[in-house]
Amino acid sequence: MRKFVKGNEAVVIGALFAGCDVYFGYPITPASEIAHGAAELFPRTGREYLQAECETGSINMIFGAASAGKLAMTASSGPGISLMQEGISYLAGAQLPAVIVNVMRTGPGLGNIGPEQGDYNQAVKGGGHGNYKTIVLAPGSVQEMCDLTMRAFELAFRYRMPVVVLADAVLGQMMESLKLPESTLPRPETSSWAVHGDAATRPNLITSIYLDPDRHEQHNLRLQEKYARMKVEARAETYLVEDAEIVLTGYGSSSRIARSAVDRLRSEGIRAGLFRPVTLSPFPVEQLNAAVGDRSVLVVEMSNGQYRDDVLLHLDRRSSSEVSLVNRMGGNLVRVEDVIKAARGIVGVRA
Amino acid sequence: MIKRSRGFYETFDRKDGSRTTTFCAGCGHGIIHKLIAEAMADLGIQDRTVFVSPVGCAAFCYYYFDCGNVAGPHGRASAVATGLSRVLPGKVIIAYQGDGDLGAIGFNNAFQAANRGEKFACFFVNNTIFAMTGGQMAPTTMPGQKTATSPYGRDVAKTGAPLRVCEVFAQLDAPVYVERVSVADTKRIMQARRAVRKALEIQRDGKGYAFVEFLSPCPTNWRMDALKAADYVTQEMERVFPLGCFKDRSSEEPIRPQDIEVADLRAVLGGSDGGVEPQPDPTFRERRFKFSGFGGQGVLSLGLVVAEAAGRAGRYVSWFPSYGPEQRGGAASCSVVMGGQEIGSPAVETPDVLVCMNQPSLERFLPTVVPGGTVLYEASIPAEVRPPQGVTVHAFPAMQIAADLGVPKAANTALLGALVELGLVEIPEEHVLSSLDESFSARPKLVDVNRRVYAAARAWAREKLKR
Repeated sequence: MRKFVKGNEAVVIGALFAGCDVYFGYPITPASEIAHGAAELFPRTGREYLQAECETGSINMIFGAASAGKLAMTASSGPGISLMQEGISYLAGAQLPAVIVNVMRTGPGLGNIGPEQGDYNQAVKGGGHGNYKTIVLAPGSVQEMCDLTMRAFELAFRYRMPVVVLADAVLGQMMESLKLPESTLPRPETSSWAVHGDAATRPNLITSIYLDPDRHEQHNLRLQEKYARMKVEARAETYLVEDAEIVLTGYGSSSRIARSAVDRLRSEGIRAGLFRPVTLSPFPVEQLNAAVGDRSVLVVEMSNGQYRDDVLLHLDRRSSSEVSLVNRMGGNLVRVEDVIKAARGIVGVRA
Repeated sequence: MIKRSRGFYETFDRKDGSRTTTFCAGCGHGIIHKLIAEAMADLGIQDRTVFVSPVGCAAFCYYYFDCGNVAGPHGRASAVATGLSRVLPGKVIIAYQGDGDLGAIGFNNAFQAANRGEKFACFFVNNTIFAMTGGQMAPTTMPGQKTATSPYGRDVAKTGAPLRVCEVFAQLDAPVYVERVSVADTKRIMQARRAVRKALEIQRDGKGYAFVEFLSPCPTNWRMDALKAADYVTQEMERVFPLGCFKDRSSEEPIRPQDIEVADLRAVLGGSDGGVEPQPDPTFRERRFKFSGFGGQGVLSLGLVVAEAAGRAGRYVSWFPSYGPEQRGGAASCSVVMGGQEIGSPAVETPDVLVCMNQPSLERFLPTVVPGGTVLYEASIPAEVRPPQGVTVHAFPAMQIAADLGVPKAANTALLGALVELGLVEIPEEHVLSSLDESFSARPKLVDVNRRVYAAARAWAREKLKR
């Protein structure tokens, strides 16, 4: 079965197929359709929906619901996601599963409601206080808005940690044909750690406090071990990189723009390819290096080089690849034409 | 040391295995803990109780209370308890909060939870001070009271008067029970005991929100001995924070939530209207459309009909709107890209086909049309159109055609007819028509008349427009 839906609506569908029990949220453009969809469909399918008083409220309600071992989610955009950072840090510290969808708009501050990708570092590097990370998934289509929301719940429970679905205003607002998931996810087993309000889980405790420095260090070390373990979840997609002389890379809607540029460059006889990370945390390091080798890289992003910096960080130090950036901010999409010009320049200079 | 109560753990293993607590001599927390533990045990609810610890002196409630335990962020116990109670219906949820925690940083969370009538008991300990962090001023600090952050005494002119939380919460409709008690002496403790029990009975019976405020001594931060501190509670605090029950609706029937019929997920999502699995087709050249006009003219839905038709025909397709404030009265536009392979950018910077329903959009987007492209615009726009090199421009009386058939709002449908007649959509007409019909599924009366507008527009275009 297929439906022609907005990316934001696809998130709700993905959550429903994941078995999400509860949605807590606060409206914000350009993420509001997720709240609209959840408000309509969660009660109709026997789940709980609550509009919170603020994003601080939402994320702490999620903390409560996740403590009970339930599948809980929220969605917002920059300003709201910033308000949630304390709560996300607590979720990470207390090792609680949760899904947070960020439909990125512009910043800093109020910015505007146009698309941007300036929350990259906030999402990928932790965002709140302390030695933690989240898993960050970067959908590139309406289909992936659904599929990666489902995947986010799987990973959140597999690793007991918050997972961010890092989308942007283009992905949230655009419509494409969505193939509905074939089946729902099996319910995760949580009685070993969650507090269900029953005799079996009465001894369980959800907390992030360890007063003793050594115990707290141990806790931090266990978290780092978990983050090392989750590296196997790294995913990326490539398009025409095998014979490429230049590799374009971007995530989310920037990858769509880069893909258009790849096709146009190919039609001009320039062998361009695309590397698109699907997970931003863990970063697909091996996949990036396999796709790039020593070839030139052109990063396409709607932010100030935050993603470019990670490409540089993760490229093999022995790689002689040169990394360039074409970017826009403030709610402007990168123009395909500008990507093509930049690519031509890089290839021309080399030739 | 807390006297043994059945609601506590035998030994406090999460602390150090002893039976001593973290509280100072003369502190009220120990007494309040005991009252709650006793009531939990007496009511037989420990197996189904989840206790939310605050941050502050009582951060370690989970050292003591033998039930499910959760420790959340400072000030957020009421939000955490909301999350728990929403997913654990029928369970007993307790939030325990101090006055800095609930009165300051977490006030809105607590207040809104009270206003929604969340099903949990909130035990609020008022000792007029942030105690754990070193005795700073709280919203509940007494007028003139010296604290680490009000060294000259609380100045009500600058920092307000003490916040009376019970009085505020009692104004709300939803709370079932609101009472202020004291733990300063035996007589008052007996009343506090009854209040705790009542709040937990309300939870046991699933009746709704219960709030109990405890006036509680803090000898350490007040720099008094235990007796003096207890005396201060009774002599001074009670004058600002009068004891008593502010609200009790526990004998009333709780308000029932709306009944929403629950159905299977696939049934709720409805039938398949997203077209068929798209098939790669290298012979189908990518086509990029821009539809533009004023909000309310139906440009977004025109684009959607074209996009859905492409989806039904097995093409790859994307639709991307202008959104937000732009939708409300101002300019509206959307981009549609259809092709024989996965769509790259869904934004159309340089359209092959531009449809304009107003003058500003024509002026804005006309220069962006690619050579070889086509512009179709509403003929009544008073514009001198200078098309870019190699661009075909058609003025089309969409509004007139729609108005002639009695549906002026269907000008967008007229434009659809012209687009199809000019061969600009290249989707089998059956899909265009079914997609058009579908767009009126909520108002089926409009299906036929829009079909007529579509047909009239095609006929006009066939006759008057050069392909």
